[in-house]
Amino acid sequence: MSQEKGRITWISGPTVRAEGLEGVKMFEVVFVGEERLIGEVIAVSGDKAVIQVYETTSGLKPGEPVYRSGEPLSVMLGPGIIGRTYDGVQRPLDVIATKIGPFVKRGIQVDPIPLDKKWYFEPVLKIGDKVRGGYVVGYVQETPLIKHSILIHPEVSGKVKSIVKEGEYTANDVIAEIEKDSEVYKVKLYHRWPVRKPRPYVQRLEPEVPLITGMRIIDTLFPVAKGGTAAIPGGFGTGKTVTLHQIAAWCDARVVIYIGCGERGNEMAEVLVKFPELTDPYSGRPLMERTILIANTSNMPISAREASIYTGITLAEYYRDMGYDVVLVADSTSRWAEALREISGRLEEMPAEEGFPPYLASRLAEFYERAGRVVTFTQNNSIGSVTVVGAVSPPGGDFSEPVTVHTLRFVRTFWGLDSALAYSRHYPAINWIISYSLYVDAVARWWEKEVEKGWPELRRKMLEILQKEDELKEIVKLLGPEALPDSEKLVLDVARIIREGFLQQNAFDPIDSYCSVQKQYKMLKMFMEFYEKARIALEKGVPLSSIRALPIIAKMMRVRYTVPNEKFIEVDSISQEINDSINKLLEGMKSG
Amino acid sequence: MASGGLEYYSVKEIKGPLLVVEGVKNVSYDELLEIETSTGEKRLGKVLEVGYGLAIVQVFEGTTGLAVKGTKAKFLGRTMETPVSEDMLGRIFDGLGRPIDGLPPIIPRDRLDVNGSPINPERRDYPTNFIQTGISAIDGMNTLIRGQKLPIFSGAGLPHNMIAAQIARQATVLGQEEEFAVIFAAIGVQNDEASFFKKSLEETGAIKRSALFLNLADDPAFERIITPRIALTLAEYLAFEKDMHVLVIITDMTNYGEALREISAAREEVPGRKGYPGYLYTDLATIYERAGRIKEKKGSITQMPILTMPNDDISHPIPDLTAYITEGQIVLGRELHRIGIYPPINVLMSLSRLMRDGIGEGKTRADHPDVSSQLYASYARAQELRSLALIVGESSLTPVDLKYLRYAEAFEKKFLAQGYYENRDIFKTLDIAWEILSMLPEQELTRVKEKYIKQYYKKTAE
Ligand SMILES: Nc1ncnc2c1ncn2[C@@H]1O[C@H](COP(=O)(O)OP(=O)(O)OP(=O)(O)O)[C@@H](O)[C@H]1O
Ligand SMILES: [Mg+2]
Repeated sequence: MSQEKGRITWISGPTVRAEGLEGVKMFEVVFVGEERLIGEVIAVSGDKAVIQVYETTSGLKPGEPVYRSGEPLSVMLGPGIIGRTYDGVQRPLDVIATKIGPFVKRGIQVDPIPLDKKWYFEPVLKIGDKVRGGYVVGYVQETPLIKHSILIHPEVSGKVKSIVKEGEYTANDVIAEIEKDSEVYKVKLYHRWPVRKPRPYVQRLEPEVPLITGMRIIDTLFPVAKGGTAAIPGGFGTGKTVTLHQIAAWCDARVVIYIGCGERGNEMAEVLVKFPELTDPYSGRPLMERTILIANTSNMPISAREASIYTGITLAEYYRDMGYDVVLVADSTSRWAEALREISGRLEEMPAEEGFPPYLASRLAEFYERAGRVVTFTQNNSIGSVTVVGAVSPPGGDFSEPVTVHTLRFVRTFWGLDSALAYSRHYPAINWIISYSLYVDAVARWWEKEVEKGWPELRRKMLEILQKEDELKEIVKLLGPEALPDSEKLVLDVARIIREGFLQQNAFDPIDSYCSVQKQYKMLKMFMEFYEKARIALEKGVPLSSIRALPIIAKMMRVRYTVPNEKFIEVDSISQEINDSINKLLEGMKSG
Repeated sequence: MASGGLEYYSVKEIKGPLLVVEGVKNVSYDELLEIETSTGEKRLGKVLEVGYGLAIVQVFEGTTGLAVKGTKAKFLGRTMETPVSEDMLGRIFDGLGRPIDGLPPIIPRDRLDVNGSPINPERRDYPTNFIQTGISAIDGMNTLIRGQKLPIFSGAGLPHNMIAAQIARQATVLGQEEEFAVIFAAIGVQNDEASFFKKSLEETGAIKRSALFLNLADDPAFERIITPRIALTLAEYLAFEKDMHVLVIITDMTNYGEALREISAAREEVPGRKGYPGYLYTDLATIYERAGRIKEKKGSITQMPILTMPNDDISHPIPDLTAYITEGQIVLGRELHRIGIYPPINVLMSLSRLMRDGIGEGKTRADHPDVSSQLYASYARAQELRSLALIVGESSLTPVDLKYLRYAEAFEKKFLAQGYYENRDIFKTLDIAWEILSMLPEQELTRVKEKYIKQYYKKTAE
């Protein structure tokens, strides 16, 4: 650590100005005041700097020292990250609590990963191997679910000079040495990486495998691909957090990073209470064994909120670099943008729209750009991905505000939440008319191969009915339902059945919460077959009222929470019953 | 902070509620100061920004009557603190926490920073204890949970105070005898509103376990920034040091927001929506997040802030950002009030986010989640049909549609409506719910599991 120090000249909330910092770099970490509060340089001019401080600045005085670190804001990457809850600058909140109790105070310095814990390390490299950044040195079983590849720092290459035998080591032990031009680099179980710099990869690939979330409206209608991006904007209480919790709990990624960015403390508590009890649907292990939480709640310092997004995405890239599919969910990117705005305001920068700084759009673009499916630098060039899902909280639920508008420029899936749906308790309140996914064609192949051939066609038909309903509703509003012919009334009926029986999904029902792709497909087919059958019956003269009175309809609408995933085949027998009861109506006609 | 006691006569500028003091040394950010006018009147302020030889200071009581000459600023060397003690229950204070009931001064057990510290999210205990308020629309459909922050969104002239008072009077946790300590913070409200609360607490004897902090309409506006923080500091002390369950009622948060806006304007900050500062969300969060439960602590803080929506507009920044922070909202409806329904709770706009883990088997009754969901779905459907009927007439609705209209009426008159002194237990609430749900055909109740329909649905002889 550099001994140079400057001094504080001005304090305004989380922003501090200092002088006497000759040569200080942008984004360098500094320690502010006698208590050495962590801060980061966000503007430099001559020997003067503006610093955002990650902790409350109450009580700081002009004249107090500012110490340089010489390093940019970085995270510590090594075993011991999974299962943890961090604040925005990777301080483990459990360790802080053990040290100082249930309230977060400032000036606490703790190691992001345990440095004294012994890990069983199995080497894969040999002395003399030629290596470059991103190579796997060996493995550590981090949790029963995660085999952690110990990676060489991306910017190091050379020849292996020494490597330890398999056995127990702590994060601080040197496990290998790499030599290049007579310089020796010591490899430990961890390395550091600056959060604002994307980690390198060999090559970017097009996403083509869907991220399965178990939510029907997402998987079937508006899918996101592994390595893709999605945004979920919506007013308060429309279901952003529940959707993100559901994705974090059920999606088929190997590592999940949940960033609570300027949101509620109790929501983090909920995850911490429930995830250890839930099991990963793919392995049966407790969910925390694949989850990392970053909790910088709304009342915690806002500079750390700004940093939390970068901390999260860097951890995501790190596990991607081991060849894992990683999902990062951020709740809410609007709070991050507001932190940017507040800091920018204190710098007296020229504001653009609604007080946000002019660089809001480019910051958002950079963030979503860090998602992707890539070929990694590991020896066997394994493929990893980072999928990013961001919640957006527009003021007044108005999607024309800057954060929503810019976000939609950079993401390829849009789940638009609708307050009207939420008020009528239609959950998830994702509006099927405005939402879209640009991954549909890419993932269609997967569905046809892994689930069933007819997926794209059935999906299209379901959307058609929903769109038709939307048009017809306008007419009904003006003229009443009686103005429509029976064939169109049937469309309205079926659309309602689809809305309540398929699109709606109760996240808190033990069965409905997660819907397997097989069950989704069977349900999709059941509803579309019902429509076909009913339509033909109607054409043949069966009265609409008899179709409406079929008791099977209620049964069909209950399938979502009566048929468990593993018994998805039973959906077929309900389809059969539908078939039979409509046939009966037709026969009744002939005989009657 | 060792600057305690330094005095300056060097006020350079007065701008709205702000003073610019020159030539200061050793002053710290957020430091408290005492301001003395040339006539000897004393006011309090705090440092908003500080640099070498210059501090920008906010005066809580406002700057009316202050002059550049002759005003003394004495920096106190500490941040704003408030004394706390169990003896503060049963007492009445002004908006800065000074007793105004004529009783002897409080002997503090401790002095605490009014800003508190954020609860470490890792140490929070997730709230799951059902509070029975005795009000069907809340208990049945928007359940309040111990440790929740659940605001009431009201409008001018609506009975939010009565509802809050009724809750304060009736709130109990099923099967537990412990009573809530009530902390009441008035922010810029009329005197009669404050005395209404006082009376209603006296009525039940709850006043003995209540503390009232009053910043009334004619009290200094900038005090309003501090009043809720003092109230919550006492609440935290009682809940987390003294194991009490505390209910905090704060009214009216709209006045708080306005005080904040005024200070921001005086500082010439870039305004956000409707002139409110860009940090309104974060600032409100430092109030609302001071609720909840902590692992290994017995007490809890349940917050019920009240705010009036300007022009009944829920998308106004104050209700909007409040709802983005709180765990739901109880919204009052003018329409319902007009047709004489008390409490006029607009259930469709209302929400309790913590409800789901506090109800159901072993907590209230097994059918509660399904019943609540069905009440909502059917009422929402009925509202759609109501607006349709307005256009095309009831005659073009189907017989089932008509049943929905009847259901909606019964819902409002039997389920929603109840007396100010009527305390319904949860079982009574659920029974009324089944009574009205039974007006709909069984087939329509697709949100309810068949076993509950068998158990509770009342078949009518038709
Ligand atoms: N899929 C769902 N199933 C059942 N209930 C849901 C679902 N989605 C949302 N809800 C209900 O809506 C409430 C609000 O949802 P949520 O907390 O996710 O909103 P939000 O969009 O994150 O709001 P905010 O922006 O204020 O944080 C939940 O508490 C729950 O009651
Ligand atoms: Mg949310």
